Amino acid sequence: MKYSLENTFEHDIARNLGIPNLRYFGDVAYGGGAGCGAVGHAAMAIATGTAETVVVWRARNRGSGGRPWASKSNRIGGELQWYLPWGLSRPVDQIAMLARRHMIEYGSTEEHLAAVAMAFREHALNNPYAMMHKPMTREDYFDARFVSEPLRLFDCCLESDGALAVVLTTPERARDLKEPGALVSGFSQGIGPDHLVMANYFTPDPLDSPGAYAAKDLWNAAGMGPDDIDCVQLYDAFSPLVVISLEAYGFCKAGEGGPMAASGALRAQGGSLPCNTSGGSLSEAYVHGMNLIIEGVRQLRGTSTNQVQCETVMVTSGNGVPTSSLVLRKAA
Amino acid sequence: MSSPPRPVPDPDVAGALFWEAAARHELVLQKCASCGTIRHPPRPMCPVCNSMESIFEQASGRGRIWSWVVAHAPVLPSFADKVPYNVVVVELEEGVRMIGNLLDIENDAIAEGMEVVVDFEDVEQGVSLPVWRPA
Repeated sequence: MKYSLENTFEHDIARNLGIPNLRYFGDVAYGGGAGCGAVGHAAMAIATGTAETVVVWRARNRGSGGRPWASKSNRIGGELQWYLPWGLSRPVDQIAMLARRHMIEYGSTEEHLAAVAMAFREHALNNPYAMMHKPMTREDYFDARFVSEPLRLFDCCLESDGALAVVLTTPERARDLKEPGALVSGFSQGIGPDHLVMANYFTPDPLDSPGAYAAKDLWNAAGMGPDDIDCVQLYDAFSPLVVISLEAYGFCKAGEGGPMAASGALRAQGGSLPCNTSGGSLSEAYVHGMNLIIEGVRQLRGTSTNQVQCETVMVTSGNGVPTSSLVLRKAA
Repeated sequence: MSSPPRPVPDPDVAGALFWEAAARHELVLQKCASCGTIRHPPRPMCPVCNSMESIFEQASGRGRIWSWVVAHAPVLPSFADKVPYNVVVVELEEGVRMIGNLLDIENDAIAEGMEVVVDFEDVEQGVSLPVWRPA
């Protein structure tokens, strides 16, 4: 199972590996919204017996390969014709618009966003795989340049080259493996009403994000609620998405995501809801959220470099686009 | 060195009448011919009653600032000579939202709820974009 944006195709990998017949393959669309959905589709294929073992991967040269939004021609069709001609061209601009509205409606602040960025940086410092190893103070955050007001440099994810995969198989097969597994308790996808990808400002309440719709199905599928979750990995292409997702998935009320982050709740060290414990997209690497899924598995295996007491993890994918989410738990 | 050309709409069937009106410096909105629901951006089907019949009606051209950003470098090369520039979402009197730029204002003076009126910016032959000015 792959992301639709993946440049390498299944058949190409299969013929390189010498796989005589790849029995199941598919992809999930919408960039960073895809990851948890791809894992969920893989789990469904295994649960129905269509496949026994499925690999979900994301490989990307986003650090060295250039910025996809920078290569548009000047004739703009489709949805983009309704925002790109005015210069709302980068993902950071599109999410900054929602961040500003969140500040207007709920009084969230730049201090709240700083708390998100600083918590994730603190996590990255312990993670040898992370790209960012320099401590970040509040002053460092506020001294950094604006990219798209109200968002500054450290509100934005990294630009990374990376290749990551997770392997899913049946619980029976997994019991025979050397490493302990993580069980998929539930997954969901959601779009919500009147959605435009990235520029989702045309629905009656744009802060009622796609994640809020995915959340209802996620908790039903997993047979759990937010109070049952020990650790979260929230898609963080930009810091305000963390605030919005905390609210969407019911870890706090609408408007309280910022104060929750500022209270220290997201820190692995002593926080009530450790979040993005590898450093996340802001400070570990940006591989379209695939690294968040892998960190969720590490927490359940007890191998995170910021290990917390953890029996259950929730992971989300991009929440400014059609989205997806997962609940994982420790295998018995 | 001159900037590369700005991105301009390549209208689809649903959007053509909006852009043709904009080229005449008129702001129009798509309205369901069956149930009267106004929708933006334009699309083939009414999400309320599923009618595929629609008309485009003259809009008031008045609205309020709903949100905004100020873009700093690096931006698309065609916008590089404008930084820092604003992009706004306007909530129109008719209830729908629309993206634009707010002209004649310092970026720091933009505020939520500010009343704005439409104007048009000619970006190339036959293509004009709705933009906004303080009311």
